Amino acid sequence: MNWNFIIFSLVKLAVIVGVVQGLVAYSVLAERKISAWIQDRVGPNRTAPPFMKYVPVIGPFLTRLGMFQPLADGLKFLLKEDFTPAGVRKIYFWLAPALAVIPAMLTVAVIPFGSNLGDQKMVMADLNVGILYTFGIVSLGVYGIVLAGYAANSKYPFLGGIRSSAQMISYELSMGMSVIPVLMIVGNLNLSAIIGWQSTHGWLVLFSPLSFFIFLVASFAETNRLPFDLPEAETELVGGYHTEYSSMKFALFFLAEYSNMVSSAAMMVTLFFGGWTLPFWGLDQPATSLLLGVAHILVFMVKMLAFMVLFIWVRWMFPRFRYDQLMDLGWRRFLPLALFNILVTAIWMWLTAK
Amino acid sequence: MIVDRRPLTFWEKLYLPAIVGGLKVTLKHAYSTLIQRKVVTMEYPEQKWTLPENYRGAPYLVKDQEGSTKCVSCQLCEFVCPPKAIRITPPGASGQKADRANAEKMPKEFEINMLRCIYCGFCQEVCPEEAIFLLKDYSITSTSREELVYNKEKLLALGGEHGGIQKWKHKLEEAKAQENFPVKV
Repeated sequence: MNWNFIIFSLVKLAVIVGVVQGLVAYSVLAERKISAWIQDRVGPNRTAPPFMKYVPVIGPFLTRLGMFQPLADGLKFLLKEDFTPAGVRKIYFWLAPALAVIPAMLTVAVIPFGSNLGDQKMVMADLNVGILYTFGIVSLGVYGIVLAGYAANSKYPFLGGIRSSAQMISYELSMGMSVIPVLMIVGNLNLSAIIGWQSTHGWLVLFSPLSFFIFLVASFAETNRLPFDLPEAETELVGGYHTEYSSMKFALFFLAEYSNMVSSAAMMVTLFFGGWTLPFWGLDQPATSLLLGVAHILVFMVKMLAFMVLFIWVRWMFPRFRYDQLMDLGWRRFLPLALFNILVTAIWMWLTAK
Repeated sequence: MIVDRRPLTFWEKLYLPAIVGGLKVTLKHAYSTLIQRKVVTMEYPEQKWTLPENYRGAPYLVKDQEGSTKCVSCQLCEFVCPPKAIRITPPGASGQKADRANAEKMPKEFEINMLRCIYCGFCQEVCPEEAIFLLKDYSITSTSREELVYNKEKLLALGGEHGGIQKWKHKLEEAKAQENFPVKV
């Protein structure tokens, strides 16, 4: 029994879960703030714990930034009545939020968020099948939503569930296809190896921009974000698959959506933007000192947050796709495009092979 | 009728120019809010509207320039009030006299239920004494329903003073003058 391994894994696990949850909470705030700025508003700027008024400059500043809003939101969700409507299929109704959150959290496990701190690799599980694992887990995420739609025994959630299942399965395909050129170029499924390849050859987005583009759009669809938020289209479906949910069960769906955003942002950074590496300041090699290790983690976080901002930013630009347009885009545009991309990459590799 | 639908050009079909355009618009708005601080909303309790001159807020009782109650308890406002928000208790035959000379009476109690009031302004319109006015208060809050039934003291305190013709002040002299009207020489 390797106690060292167990202890360090547990610490990493706690830190990762904590950081992801924090990111989720604060990305809700970021969403509200950025939305407000785009719409010429101020956004949440009131909420603060009572003792904050005794903190001189920082207190009001943080309050105006809305830094305490997520705490209030979380507390509100916890304290609300957890209502189970009559006529729902109880077991599935209770199971669905958990099934939505678990895959969302699991995907983070294989993502290398830094090189190393001391002699600990900054990744939960350095799997050799990293990408396959991620895709496997991500496709489980649809069950939570479909079950929620089915269990609620109400027509709007049901429609949301149906839409979601079709949408996620369709875009799963083009997402998977879009990554294949990356795997062909790198020749390895391990995410750490992909980052290692990028640190010597350059970021993969330069080698396969089409892959990145398809992956980006597909991840918008996978995370049910606008313009592909058909499963929770408020204007059409009341609230979508989580209409009948309340309190913490509703919050779990929220959590799942934002965790999905976090993990797909992290995936994009890892696959296409060099993960924790930067091509300058000597940040492209595994860290030799503690400071460099921290710098790597920060680089990763900054890249990931940039993608989170993009997710939020895009939300206020496009009207929602119509359902048939969505399917058309997924099956008749992106799938052929991804296949074409694979072909082009293969020909290019064949031509450049020695 | 045939709607002329122009087929989309290649660039329009690509969506990409539209996407860039959208990004530009949203970025411009974010810039104007964040950097230039041009916000279209108002932060309410700190900033307030400048109300128009004819704004109809909560109805309050007013005093005249000598500080006496103008209301003479005629109950016209009570009768005209569409949601029946006003309730006046008249002083009765042997009740309290008005707090100014010549006026016959003033209400013993005057209550306006601010939860019922619809700010229609009928009371102000009907009042023969110019004793009730819709002032500019719009934020009427409390922690209980009882608190929102404003009594006479409260209404008078909130209403403040409203000058004008003092109809009753010279009534006595006028009445006396009437008695000797065809002036006897």
